[in-house]
Amino acid sequence: MPGGALSRPPPAMAGRLHQLRKRLFSNWFDGIVTLLAGAALVSIVVNLVDWAFLNAVWSEADVSQCREVSGACWSVIDARGRLVLFGLYPFDQHWRSTLACLIIVITMILSCLPALWGIKRLSALWIAGFGTFVVLMYGGIFGLSVVTTEQWGGLSLTVFIFAGVIVLGMPMAVGLALARRSKLPVIHWLAAIFIDTVRSLPLLTILFAAAVVVPFVVPQWAQGDKLGRVVVAFAIFYAAYQAEIIRAGIQSIPSGQEEAAQALGMNYRSVVLDIILPQAFRNTLPSTINQVVITFKETSIVTIIGFFDVTASASAAVGRGEWGAYYIEIYVFVALIYFVFVFGLSRYGAYLERRTRLHHG
Amino acid sequence: MLRVLRNRRTRGYVIQAAVLAASLLLTLSFVLTARDNLVSQGIATGFGFLDRSTGWPINFSIIEATDRSPYSRMLLAGFLNTILVGLAGLACATCVGLAVGLMRVSSNLILNVLGTVFVETFRNVPLILQVIFWYAILTHMPSPRAAIDLAGLGFLSNRGLMLAAPAWSALDLAIIALSIIAALFAAHRFGGTRPLAPWGLALAGIVALSVVLLFLGHEPEMPLISLPELRGLRFVGGVTIKPEFSALLIAIMAFGGAYIGEIVRGGFLSVDKGRLEAARALGLSNAQINRFIRIPLAIRAMLPALTNQYVWLMKATTLGIAIGYPDYFMVVSTSINQSGQTMELLLLLMVGFLLINYTISGTMNWINGRLAIKGRS
Repeated sequence: MPGGALSRPPPAMAGRLHQLRKRLFSNWFDGIVTLLAGAALVSIVVNLVDWAFLNAVWSEADVSQCREVSGACWSVIDARGRLVLFGLYPFDQHWRSTLACLIIVITMILSCLPALWGIKRLSALWIAGFGTFVVLMYGGIFGLSVVTTEQWGGLSLTVFIFAGVIVLGMPMAVGLALARRSKLPVIHWLAAIFIDTVRSLPLLTILFAAAVVVPFVVPQWAQGDKLGRVVVAFAIFYAAYQAEIIRAGIQSIPSGQEEAAQALGMNYRSVVLDIILPQAFRNTLPSTINQVVITFKETSIVTIIGFFDVTASASAAVGRGEWGAYYIEIYVFVALIYFVFVFGLSRYGAYLERRTRLHHG
Repeated sequence: MLRVLRNRRTRGYVIQAAVLAASLLLTLSFVLTARDNLVSQGIATGFGFLDRSTGWPINFSIIEATDRSPYSRMLLAGFLNTILVGLAGLACATCVGLAVGLMRVSSNLILNVLGTVFVETFRNVPLILQVIFWYAILTHMPSPRAAIDLAGLGFLSNRGLMLAAPAWSALDLAIIALSIIAALFAAHRFGGTRPLAPWGLALAGIVALSVVLLFLGHEPEMPLISLPELRGLRFVGGVTIKPEFSALLIAIMAFGGAYIGEIVRGGFLSVDKGRLEAARALGLSNAQINRFIRIPLAIRAMLPALTNQYVWLMKATTLGIAIGYPDYFMVVSTSINQSGQTMELLLLLMVGFLLINYTISGTMNWINGRLAIKGRS
């Protein structure tokens, strides 16, 4: 741009238009691509809006209306939504299930606040949140009727497995990561073999082993119920992945810090809890959130080994009967539930990543 | 006693011995309990059951496996099914991921938007829900009588996708293989120095030779391509792709494509801007910059993440059990139900997946090693 570079910049509006033109029609080939892709985009949007809104039925649960339209039949959510959200949980106790889910959501939101970032504070928060969840769901005290885990289902079962896995898995992960970094060869090798074996197996096979094989090799008194076993097995799986993330975080801390702390006379416990772990977690926050997101999505795998979580209850809701033809609406509804959780969490992770990058210059 | 424990080295030995003893005890107690249970159920341990016939069929396999086949054959069929859907899934997911990733790094705004929508839609919904969703769609297709005609290439019905398939004899295949070798040899021998010319030449050579030889060496009454045809209530001829397989493949393609798209995007974004500017300053054209600078560097940055993703996707094929695709895991779990040989089958399951995972990561590491920039590191 000879000469022109020094002249006055064009007004902001024209600049934006120019920018837009450059990003859409910079040359003839780009122009053709824009037109084709634009046509595809418009047709997707138009068809989607047409199906989901313009031609859709929103009214009360009545199948006959749905048969007359070409669009979505959202009445199916009205008719079967409770089954999807609560599974076989007793009908008059649904408020407990709702409240329990809300508590975990609030716990998750609270743990996103930097003011609460500390090993003690976060552990206390999650143990309190998870404890309240279990008391609400199971009942037996405060005049709440007992609802056994076989009756748990729908969204609250998904949330229970997720929260249980994180609460149990995080301390396990710290233990495994420290064991793998241990200078004692037996501890180091046992941890390494354990982590690598678990990581190389599909989650489904581990959960399957917990549900079907453990009763076979563990004495009766130590078995617990099926849901408990599956949550523990899932937590072990999560811990194996999280341990590697924490280990990477520990390795990113200059070794001088550990040596300095030891030189100051701090004991191992204090070095780990006050110097190593806080930094290791801060350095690996984005990958930790990513792993948490993956774990939330993977809770859906328990469907296969016979649990009635939100994915399984979606299939059950459209299995047979008059609403069977509207399976797409139910699956879209469940997909949206997952989407809200997962998209929200991953956006938060991306925000944190940007923030740390800014702080480090 | 306590004073001995205060010595750091002794304490280390004591801790290690305790941990080792505890893990050995735990394993021993597992083995003993398992043996008690086996004895009480009257099940013989060992791998002798592999020769017994199963008594149950599987609905899809690429080698012959019926309800009279022995367990070993059934397990092999399941293993091959896993490899089949896994490799097909990896290939499709890589193509989709490449396209999506390129869309997201392109300068075109609309392509950006399309790529982002794809990634966010398919990455944020659990894979198993997608598998079940596509399976529901495919099994709600019309019955074979009212099958959707795909412009003469095949039909789509609730029994699966019926496609036209080449009906080639061993002789035909040999002819094609020979012509490919001949064409490659010709390209290598007469290619000259221009880099793209020999490949174009080779491709043209293969096509021409194959067509000529196929028509020369072919028996006139046999058609070259077998088309699916409706006979009564079902289709005959061609090749049928079952909805179980297609649903799993589509789901892996979309989910894996979204993840691989992000890896591709990350790879391109990781290329140092200074190098691109340096290339431009040296007078390289945009195409040359892409070919010699940007793509090679981006691929090197992508490979480690891609390896992890491939291993992950391969393990994810086990989700096929949700819709009844008989992969290795499904065959193993049915065998456990039917024969009770839990320990042996679990061992086989672990060995199978370790084999697959280490093959993938070994291959990818080999490629990584070959591609790594030589010299300074």
